[in-house]
Amino acid sequence: MSATTRSPRDRAAPAPARSRAHPARRLARGDTGRWAAWAFLLPLLAYLLAFYAYPLYRNLDLSLRDYTVRSFVRGDAPFIGLANYREVADNPTFVPAVTHTLVFTAASLVLQFGIGMALAVFFHQHFRLSATLRALFLVPWLLPLIVSSSTWSWMLNSEAGVVNTFLGALGLAPVNWLTSPNWSLASVIIANVWIGIPFNLVLLYSGLQGISPQVYEAAALDGATGWKRFWRLTFPLLRPVSAITLLLGLVYTLKVFDIIWIMTRGGPADSSTTLATWSYQLGFGSLLPQFGPGAAVGNLLIVAALAFGLVYIRVQRRQGGTE
Amino acid sequence: MRRATTWWKTGIGLTLTALMLFPVYWMVNVSFTRDEDMRKSPPDLLPLHGTLDGYRAVLDQQLPYLGTSLLVGFGTVALTLVIAAPAGYSLARLRPAGGAAVSFVLLVAQMIPGIIMAMGFYAIYLNLGVLNTLPGLIVADATIAVPFGVLIFQAFMSGIPEEITQAARVDGAGPLRTFWSIIMPVSRNASVTVALFAFLWAWSDFVFASTLNGGGALRPITLGIYQYIGNNNQQWNAIMATAVVASVPAAVLLVVAQRYIAAGVTTGAVKD
Repeated sequence: MSATTRSPRDRAAPAPARSRAHPARRLARGDTGRWAAWAFLLPLLAYLLAFYAYPLYRNLDLSLRDYTVRSFVRGDAPFIGLANYREVADNPTFVPAVTHTLVFTAASLVLQFGIGMALAVFFHQHFRLSATLRALFLVPWLLPLIVSSSTWSWMLNSEAGVVNTFLGALGLAPVNWLTSPNWSLASVIIANVWIGIPFNLVLLYSGLQGISPQVYEAAALDGATGWKRFWRLTFPLLRPVSAITLLLGLVYTLKVFDIIWIMTRGGPADSSTTLATWSYQLGFGSLLPQFGPGAAVGNLLIVAALAFGLVYIRVQRRQGGTE
Repeated sequence: MRRATTWWKTGIGLTLTALMLFPVYWMVNVSFTRDEDMRKSPPDLLPLHGTLDGYRAVLDQQLPYLGTSLLVGFGTVALTLVIAAPAGYSLARLRPAGGAAVSFVLLVAQMIPGIIMAMGFYAIYLNLGVLNTLPGLIVADATIAVPFGVLIFQAFMSGIPEEITQAARVDGAGPLRTFWSIIMPVSRNASVTVALFAFLWAWSDFVFASTLNGGGALRPITLGIYQYIGNNNQQWNAIMATAVVASVPAAVLLVVAQRYIAAGVTTGAVKD
């Protein structure tokens, strides 16, 4: 499993051969070694403090003060405690934003995982061009999000979009994908699933490669083939990889902002607003920025992402330990 | 018999790939479509009456944005490597006492949503007066790649055989010498991988660009596309042509990166 985030080599690395013969010399070397270790780490630590910790602190500070454009520049906004959070919770956009975040995340995860799994199983068979085609499947993942989002915007255009043309060819009525409140969330989910499939395919495929062929041979002797083989054998054996894939996908899907903002700006009428786009909308999306509430929404999102992130790290650690 | 089954599967594979990549094809197709054909129903599935108007618009209007994106990309690569390589070396080979905690922080850092970082950066940059500057955007874009870079360098460098560094130590090389003359040359593949991804992410960044560089003259290509969508809703060939051009580095880098990642950790110094 570790192939996804760290190289398998990492485990195979020889244990550090510390010289035990000369304790005095080892101590001296240990001392300079310690200094050197921190010296090499220093740029990273300075960078993390200045450009991770400090922006996050500023964000927290923003959410606890009553900022106006003027006091934002002068930096003397009054401290108001949790008032911004209360304001956010009472806002009529709050419930839709939370609901859409949940629906968007759940639907994206289920679809991209299901399709990714099917494709991984399919490409795991041996046939001509298998490797090449699998590599081509990576393309959507590598394109800049603005490129994929604007392409989907045009494909889903109500009058001239090619998707509605196809629907028409099948005898179906055109859909106002991006301009109808009933369809906007589905539209951004479709685009997000398209971008997420490669990631799921790659992780699950690497998981399939980790299953020993002997397991399948034994199953074949017992007469397990096709569906039965997948449900009884492949799926349970893939459970660790599946857990990692889903959790990582969850953390990434919660933060999706670009796709939704570029395609619908969270509209029409907040019908595709998520916590991420709402936060941006409050802080940057209007002429009268509301930095305090915007930061408050952002912090709610951080809490959610970190909660699942910690679960992910736990699962990954446990799997690493049992391997 | 077996051969026939294989070809049948290749056929399905080709169909699936074609379906998956249809949006990419459509982007290219629309970029060549004439303005008057843009809203034709049904649309042309092939650019038979192709035009280069869209690409002419890119040359006329988007070159400065492309230049900015290149500069930001290279700057981000440099900054990421300078910070991540020594840190990866320290965590992998020198093993400071708090190393595990640092690795944990890096994993967590990768999960923080970009817009939230952007809002904090905006407040800081406003006070410092570095909004709409290239160094400001480079520093912010590097936050996407630095944690990833450290983890890659760490994984790679802990796979380098101990014999190599021990030989250097016997010859009297200190940590700095070892890092610069032994570890870094051996870690070329890790450096290339980190550099490629740092470039790709900086090149694709929209969140930081739109919050931290939205008003300046030095805007990257992602904002160029975004403003196209906002301003001239009709010129979709120009928008899609810009999108095609903006995808080129990603495509090129993918091909190169695949080779480097595949070259992997094992190619290296100790052959015996």
